[in-house]
Amino acid sequence: MDAATIATWMHGIDVVMREEKDHLVQLDAAIGDGDHGTNMTRGFEAVVQALDADSSSPPGKLLILAGRTLVGTVGGASGPLWGSALRSGGRVLGDQPTFEGMQLVEVLAAALASVKDLGTASVGDKTMVDALEPAVETLRARLSGGASVADALGDAGDAAEAGMRSTIPLQARKGRASYLGERSIGHQDPGATSTALIIRALQRAVAQAS
Amino acid sequence: MAVETTHMRKFLNEPAKVVKESLAGLAAAQPDLVRYDAAAQIIVRRDAPRKGKVALISGGGSGHEPLHGGFVGLGMLDAACPGEVFTSPVPAQMLAATKAVDGGAGVVHIVKNYTGDVLNFKLAAEDAADEGIKVTSVVIDDDVAVQDSLYTAGRRGVGATVLAEKIAGAAAEGGADLAKVTDIVKRVNDRARSFGVALSSCVPPASGKPIFDLPEGQIELGIGIHGEPGRKRATLGHAAEIVDVMVEAVISDLKPRSGAKVLAFVNGMGGTPLLELYLLYGEVDKKLRAAGVEPARNLVGSYITSLEMAGASLTVLELDQELSKLWDAPVHTPALRWGA
Repeated sequence: MDAATIATWMHGIDVVMREEKDHLVQLDAAIGDGDHGTNMTRGFEAVVQALDADSSSPPGKLLILAGRTLVGTVGGASGPLWGSALRSGGRVLGDQPTFEGMQLVEVLAAALASVKDLGTASVGDKTMVDALEPAVETLRARLSGGASVADALGDAGDAAEAGMRSTIPLQARKGRASYLGERSIGHQDPGATSTALIIRALQRAVAQAS
Repeated sequence: MAVETTHMRKFLNEPAKVVKESLAGLAAAQPDLVRYDAAAQIIVRRDAPRKGKVALISGGGSGHEPLHGGFVGLGMLDAACPGEVFTSPVPAQMLAATKAVDGGAGVVHIVKNYTGDVLNFKLAAEDAADEGIKVTSVVIDDDVAVQDSLYTAGRRGVGATVLAEKIAGAAAEGGADLAKVTDIVKRVNDRARSFGVALSSCVPPASGKPIFDLPEGQIELGIGIHGEPGRKRATLGHAAEIVDVMVEAVISDLKPRSGAKVLAFVNGMGGTPLLELYLLYGEVDKKLRAAGVEPARNLVGSYITSLEMAGASLTVLELDQELSKLWDAPVHTPALRWGA
């Protein structure tokens, strides 16, 4: 995996965000203010433009560039959260031109740690962490167990989607949804939903790279 | 792009340009008071930076006008950072605003308590510190509808934001130092409580439909300013009954001293006419006096809105001599003007 893998990943996120924008807006309207889809679409459109203009950076630097771009364009809570996530992940790779499966785990683990540190959410709070943490843990467990990166990412995607669905019965304890109290129960969290989309896009990008 | 959908009829050209075009219009309407820096996406006081004066900035999603751009000028904010509709602004905006208004005496960031605002302002304050500018930040969290607990994102910043910007803005205009101005913002936040009620949702331009549907005869109690549903739904009764709920919610949490002088702020959410806001104020005045507090100052109008949401919020601030004096001090901004 290399810089092209990251670029493909970001392009994939851009495409899927545009496809799912209305769905994300709808989820966010139920328990928020209806802007999640619009914000993420704007952010990843800018990420793609920034990355397309950079033909030489190694993968870690591309992740940092993507993170900075998200901070500068998404707004809301998602900008700083995903921005910090990708910057922390990118720093793990330093200037290396290529990386392997276990390093990808460390990238995602650093991203997760950053999100949890900045947003102070844990699993069960009905946030993006409910999708991201199971994805990271599954990826680590499957790779340690000897699975291929492709298979491990497939399982990580499954875990992210299961985590996303697990937010439905939860009462939100973070973010705008938490203002609704019990009324947030019964609705899928938009942040967890976009996170699952991001993990699936990673799976497709890595599959394309191999 | 559509200016009309089944649910939406708005004055706009393209939804994606609404904020920029509105800001340009504000600056065109008030060139003596403010300028619009389109590249940085900020509204700045025309005579900034004022050397030696503590500066105040705030910001947040658009859709709450006149908050915050309409409050830039003498005696209130030095700059405002507007994000997309209902979306927190990005750190680069707050950094640009901080640098544009820094007069060497420090800059106060007034931050409404929403996760996005808090995170983006936090990153900006770090950037400003890197550049050697002294920044203090105060989070406003006056809404009583949400419990402040480990299990929520904390209380929302609503009506008290307007009061803090005016009162602390006056302190800064009068030459108070950074510690004092910061303390004034905190004091206003500590002694103010708010509660809002909605009769409708609102329609963000980018989505073209209401954020939620309110069935006939129903109202939302305990709303915020982003068009989200409230804490619970209730039946639409008489204004007197609704005001009972609002005053009770606010006073029981604020616990003012008996005989306290207060500032009563009846705020329109954007879609409620003045006819109704004044009617509500009349009820508020009666109920507050019955509760043993005296509305010595007031503000009635649509100052911190949620697009075209029909609704109203009540903010009660317990006054002291100093806060009253600062409230009375001259202010000249697009949305508030007296004594200047």
